[in-house]
Parts: sequence; C-alpha cells; structure tokens
Amino acid sequence: MIANIGYGILFITLLVSIYGVGAAYYGARKNDPRWIESARLSMLLTFPLITLSSLSLIYLLVTGRFEHQFVQSVTSSSMPIYLRVTALWGGQSGSLVFWSWLLAAFASSVTLRKWDRDREFLPWVIVVSLVTLAFFLILVVFFENPFTRFWQLPGGDIRAAMFQPQGSSLFLPRDGTGLNPLLRHPGMIIHPPMLYLGFVSFVVPFAFGIAALVTGRTDDRWIRITRRWSLVAWLFLSLGLLLGGRWAYDVLGWGGYWGWDPVEIAAFMPWLTGTAFLHSVMIQEKRGMLKRWNMVLIILTYSLVIFGTFLTRSGVLSSVHAFAQSAIGPLFFAYIGLTFTISLALLLSRWDELKAEGEMTSLLSREALFLLNNLLFMGILVVCFWGVIFPLISELVTGQKVTVGPPFYERATAPLFAGLLLLMGIAPLAAWRHSTFKTLGRTVWKPSLISLIVPVYAFIRGIHQPAALLGFWLAAFVAFVTLHEFWRGARARAKRSGENLFTALWRLAGRNRRRYGGYIIHLGVVLMAIGIIGIEIFQVETQGTLAQGEQITLENYTLTYNSLAVFDTDDGRNVARAVIGVEKSGDYVGDLHPRRDYYLDSQQPMTIPGVRSTWEEDLYVLLVDWQPVSTNSATFKVYKNPLVNWLWFGGLVFIFGTLVAAWPDRDPEPVPVRKKKSSYAAAEA
Amino acid sequence: MEASTTPQSGTAGKMKFVVGGLLIVAAVIYLIVSSTQAGAQYFLTVDELNAQSQDVIGRDLRISGAVIGDSIEYDPQSLNLTFTVAHVPGDNNEIEAQGGLAQVLYEAVNDPERTQLQVVYNGVKPDLLRHEAQAIMTGQIGEDGVFYADELLLKCPTKYEEAVPEQTGT
Repeated sequence: MIANIGYGILFITLLVSIYGVGAAYYGARKNDPRWIESARLSMLLTFPLITLSSLSLIYLLVTGRFEHQFVQSVTSSSMPIYLRVTALWGGQSGSLVFWSWLLAAFASSVTLRKWDRDREFLPWVIVVSLVTLAFFLILVVFFENPFTRFWQLPGGDIRAAMFQPQGSSLFLPRDGTGLNPLLRHPGMIIHPPMLYLGFVSFVVPFAFGIAALVTGRTDDRWIRITRRWSLVAWLFLSLGLLLGGRWAYDVLGWGGYWGWDPVEIAAFMPWLTGTAFLHSVMIQEKRGMLKRWNMVLIILTYSLVIFGTFLTRSGVLSSVHAFAQSAIGPLFFAYIGLTFTISLALLLSRWDELKAEGEMTSLLSREALFLLNNLLFMGILVVCFWGVIFPLISELVTGQKVTVGPPFYERATAPLFAGLLLLMGIAPLAAWRHSTFKTLGRTVWKPSLISLIVPVYAFIRGIHQPAALLGFWLAAFVAFVTLHEFWRGARARAKRSGENLFTALWRLAGRNRRRYGGYIIHLGVVLMAIGIIGIEIFQVETQGTLAQGEQITLENYTLTYNSLAVFDTDDGRNVARAVIGVEKSGDYVGDLHPRRDYYLDSQQPMTIPGVRSTWEEDLYVLLVDWQPVSTNSATFKVYKNPLVNWLWFGGLVFIFGTLVAAWPDRDPEPVPVRKKKSSYAAAEA
Repeated sequence: MEASTTPQSGTAGKMKFVVGGLLIVAAVIYLIVSSTQAGAQYFLTVDELNAQSQDVIGRDLRISGAVIGDSIEYDPQSLNLTFTVAHVPGDNNEIEAQGGLAQVLYEAVNDPERTQLQVVYNGVKPDLLRHEAQAIMTGQIGEDGVFYADELLLKCPTKYEEAVPEQTGT
C-alpha cells in the first residue's frame, strides 16, 4: 500500500516536471507570464511530492518491511533506527530518490527568491532544473525502482516487481541483508549526502549560466546571483571529499586516505572545474574578462557532476566502489552527451557576445595568472579524465584493456599541483593589468627568501628529499604571502580608523568576506599540503607477529603486545580487541586498542586501527591476525604517518574559510554599472 | 593623441598568450604520456593471461578473477598469502548476459573446467578476501606461471545485493 503510494507519487512528480518544462519553454517563447508562473508553481510542487515519496520509503526502511526488495537489501533487524534511515542512500535506487529530493529542494528554493530584476532568467532556470529532475525520476520510475516487492510465483520462484504478477502472492523474507558494515561508520553516513549536496547544488549556477546564454544576458549578472550558491556547492563537495578521505584512513585499514580510485576521481573532477570556476568568475566581475572560460567551466562542472553520478552507478569502470550493473549506464551516457552538446551549441551561438571587455596585455598580470590558474586546473582535470577513460579507449583501439594506477596520477599531477601552490603565493602579489618580470620580482623576492628558512631548517634536521624541500618551501611561501595580506590590510585599516590591530582585522575580514575567507582557505590548503607531503614522502611501516608480552619497534616507538580480548556485542558483532602499550623514546605514552570486528549477519570483517595522534605524526596500528586458542600470539602492522594531522586540521581551516567566504555580508553589495565601450565612443565623437 | 605607454597590444600581444597556453598544453601532454608509459598496466582475464603468458613476463599486469575460498592460505607471521582465482569474463556485457556478476562468480568457482591461476602476495590479508569474491590483482607473472601480486583489491560487496533472499518459514 505504502509502496504503491510512494511509487505513484514519483510518477506524478515526473509528469509535473515534464509539464513544467513545457510550460516554462512555451511561456518564455510567447512571453506569457501566466505560463511561466504555472511552471514556477509546478517546480515548487515537486518538492512536497518527492518529500512524501521519500518519507514513505523511509517509513518502509524504518519498520523493516523486508518484502520490499530495496529494504531487504540495505537494512536488517539488528540495525538501529537511525542507521535504517541513512540506509536510504546505502543502495542504488534509494540514493537516486535522495538525489532527486535534494534537487527538488534546491530548485524550489531558487524559485522562491525575488526575480524582479531577472525575470527573463526564470523560465530557463526552471527548464534546466526540471529537465535534470525529470531525467533522474525517469531512472527511478522505470529502471531503479526502490518500491519493488518480492512475489512468490505459483511455480515457487521468487520475482521482484512493482505490481503483483498473475497468481502470485507477497513473499516476506525472514530478514534483510543489512547495510555493509563498512558503511556504518559516522564518516560514511554523511559522506554520500555531502557529495550529493555538492553535486546537486551545482545544477543551480549551471541553470543560470544556460539562462544567460539563452537570453543573451551575457554580463556578470548570472554570476552575481549564483555566487553564494556556487560557494556553498563547492563547500559541500569539498566536505564530501574530505570526509571520504578521513573515513578511508579511519576504517579501511590500509594506512592511506586517497587511492586514485575511479570513483574518487569521479567526485574530484567536478571539484577541479568548480574551484577553477570560483576563481575565474572574480575576473569576470572585476574586469569583464574570461567570460567564455566561465561558461565552459560551469558547463563542464554540470556534465562532470552527472558523469560522476554515472560512474558510481553504472559499473562501466572496475573500481572497488562500483555498484551493480544495470541498464542506466547507457541512459546516463546519452543524457550527458545530449546536455553537453546543447550547452556547447548555446555557448557557440553567443561566442561573440562573450568577448572580453578588456584586453589582457601582460603575462604576469593578476588576470593572466588567473588564466594560468584555469589552465592548471584544466590540466589536472585532463590527467584525471584520461586516467579514468584510458581503459575504455585502449580496449576500443587495441582490443586490450590497459589501466593506469596511482603512480600515473601522482606523477602527472604533482607538478601541476605544485604550480597551483606557487600561484597561490604569487597571485596576491601581482598587479592588475600591467606587470613585468621586474615589478613582480620586486614583490616576490622578499617572501621567497624569508620562506627559504623552512626548507633550510628541514634540510639541517635531516630531510634531504628534493620534493619534500620544494614542497615545504612553497607551503611556507604561500603562508607568508597570505598572512602578510592580512597584516597589510589590517594595518592600513587600523591607521585610517584608529582601531587596534585585532578590531581592524576583524572588521576588515567582515567587510570583505569573500577575499579574506578565500585567504583562510588558502592557508587551509597550505596546512593540508604539509600533511600530504609528510605522509606521502615520509611514511614508514613494519609488521610482525608477537606473543603476549613481546615487543616490536618502529623508529623511536616501542610497542608491547599486552593482551587480547574476544567478545560478542549487542549489535551482532564478534570483536577481537588488542591492548598495545606504547613507548616513545623510552617513555610510556599510553595504550592503543586496534581491533577486528566481525559482523555476523553479513559475514563481513572490519579492521579498525588503534591510532595515537599528535601534531608530529600518527602511530597507526592494525590488528591483522591472531591465534585465539593455541599460542595466544597476534600479528600487527604498524605505520608511522608523519604530519598527517596537519592534513585533517588543514581541512578544518579550509571548511572554516569557506564558511567565512559564504557568510552573508552585512551590507548589500553595490551593483556596478559598467559603461559599454560603444557608448563612450559615441559620447566622444 | 595619447602617448604610447601601454605595452604591446593587438596580434603581437595575443601571441605571447597563445604561445604560453600552448606551452602549458604541451607540458600537460608530456606529463600524461610519460606517466602513462611508466604506469600502464595490462588488464587481463585469467584466460588471456594463460594464452599470452610468455609475452607478458616482466610487464605490469592487472588480473581479475574469482577467489576460490578453499585455496586461501595465509601465514600471519610472515604475511605470506597464496590463493587461487578462477577465470571470470572481463567484458561487462558478457557478465550481464551470463546473469550478473554474482552469478558469474558463483559459476567460476564451481566450474572444474575453468582456467585457474595461483596468486602469491605478501601483506595483510584483506577483509574482503573470501570465497566467490572478485579479486583485482596488480603485479607480474613469473616464469613458474604463478602470479606475484604487488597490490590486491577486492570489490566492494554492496554489489552483492542478493537477487533472491532466504526463504522465510510460514
């Protein structure tokens, strides 16, 4: 009953969406506000409809109605209620419903804003949003239906279907399979929603971009409207990526945080174009340049968002994440192809109107450096895309499937990332319009020299790897330049207003949140870079089997295997938990408890490391195996991960900076009216 | 007339941007090509590896196969892991045609005629390594016909949503 209601509502929502697309298009063509208003209302209607449908699905999940195929596959009776709710995005069909719900929510909230100045955008924003929504609803309604139930046919076979087959009766399984234990970690619970939030919210700036192309309003109005949307979308996407990395480190037990897995890359690619977009739009706002770039970047971000969703859902590429094969692969492919082609066609039709309002004259000007920024991000994107696509291409061309692994990505992107790091330090120092090697050199040489202290110090302390030294130098350089920007701005303001330095700094950042929030983000990136250099270049490991009381050493750490307890828990796990005494340079610093959980219902083991975290490093211990009865010995794998907590702390600073940048300004922003060149010429003549 | 203090504009000015852009593009292409050559791994099925074994000795390979649970031998002291995998088709369409990945893996481990490959790996035994799991191994094939894996990846089991759950008593 509930399933029928839930499914029926989704079908109605699909019809409403299609109607909305038609009404908006017709209203825009005929310039009839009534049709456009009707479309806007249908857009608003989709949100309560999908909410109802999602609630009915959640109801089925929470009450353990295992006769429904989706419920049976992602929940089990031993799962607590809150986990059953989160199981909504634990499987393919449920997560598509979730995606649709988020899109309906965002698109609806966009339609609720004041449209007075931008009336002509509205119908096209509705069209783009509803076309996207309709696509996902088609997937759910016709191909990945979470409301299908199990029916027992007269012959005894079990079949899953939406509507009752002839002569069959409802089949009730004893229990559900349950969510994979690996997905029950708190980080894993919010990682998919964060990514989806990021993906879905990028649809909004894209919709406005398309609206700008269609209506010919190719000035920066569409960018100003969606400025906060883009930033918030980017915030969620960044958060999703950070959470994924943290989860991998905490739970997957291989001592790392990023594996260059195709699905990780799938979420990373829209982040790359999104970051480039966030920077590039500043140039359009300030100097009316890079307009074509911004269109290309937002179109790419949208396509990559859909492509990212496609990669995690279609099984096209082999990946540890890949979900089950289904018919939706070709559908995604067709949709991406179609929307990308139409977007490009629109862009080409407005190509001349997107001409830059000024001219870029100097390779070292701030504008040119932002252009270089775009190129570097695109370069990294191309590397990632190539790596992901390569197996498919090689198979097509040579008949042989060839893949590339992490070494490819690391080797190819490292110089590009280093370039970006360098830009973060140089760009704030570069002047607008005209800048020569000399003028730029004058501002750059001092911070370069001062930051040289860091790699020199590192060298003295025994670090000789050139990559690490260069990385530390760049990090110090960027940190110095960025902090100096705060200092310079605060001091100038304090002089003018007579405030003390701290008040000046606070007010300064408050008045210019985007800029100073951005600088905080850059500082976060610097910290993350330091953490990455530490763990990537300086990680050491050892492994060994110990009898109780025996010790193992890793550099200055001595670990003593004290005891092991094996017990069952209430939530269906059998746990083996070791107690390890840790000594650092001879001093006792505490105990660690690496453990092995074995989930009985899904027969899934999970290795949770015991970790001792300091700013210097992580001591990361895995319980690999044990002999419970005979020898009472156990095998451990020990990692020392230097500086890794700078990565996580840097991530926090990064997120904080984004919040600062995204926070609404106290004063409304003035909208500059830029005089067109032609009117000037007319006035002068 | 305005004094000409502005730097060069027009085509000459544009040229340096075009050249600069091309340089970046060239650098990226170089990075991609050199890293591909350094890191390319041939993705083979067990059957394909069997057929080409002499040709690919010494090359980096990526093999996928179905794990035969009984064959898993693991020494936790030395972290020496050996197991046998059975051939699994590499083409997704073929897998779909044979009834889906779970079905294909089941058939692979139960088929006595299926080509098998012995795998040797040194390291922590992955949690997901068990009977009928799909293993993706990176490494090299030895002269002895044994595959020496440097890396061992097991497919995430959210794939294995059971098509037909267990019966309930009435």
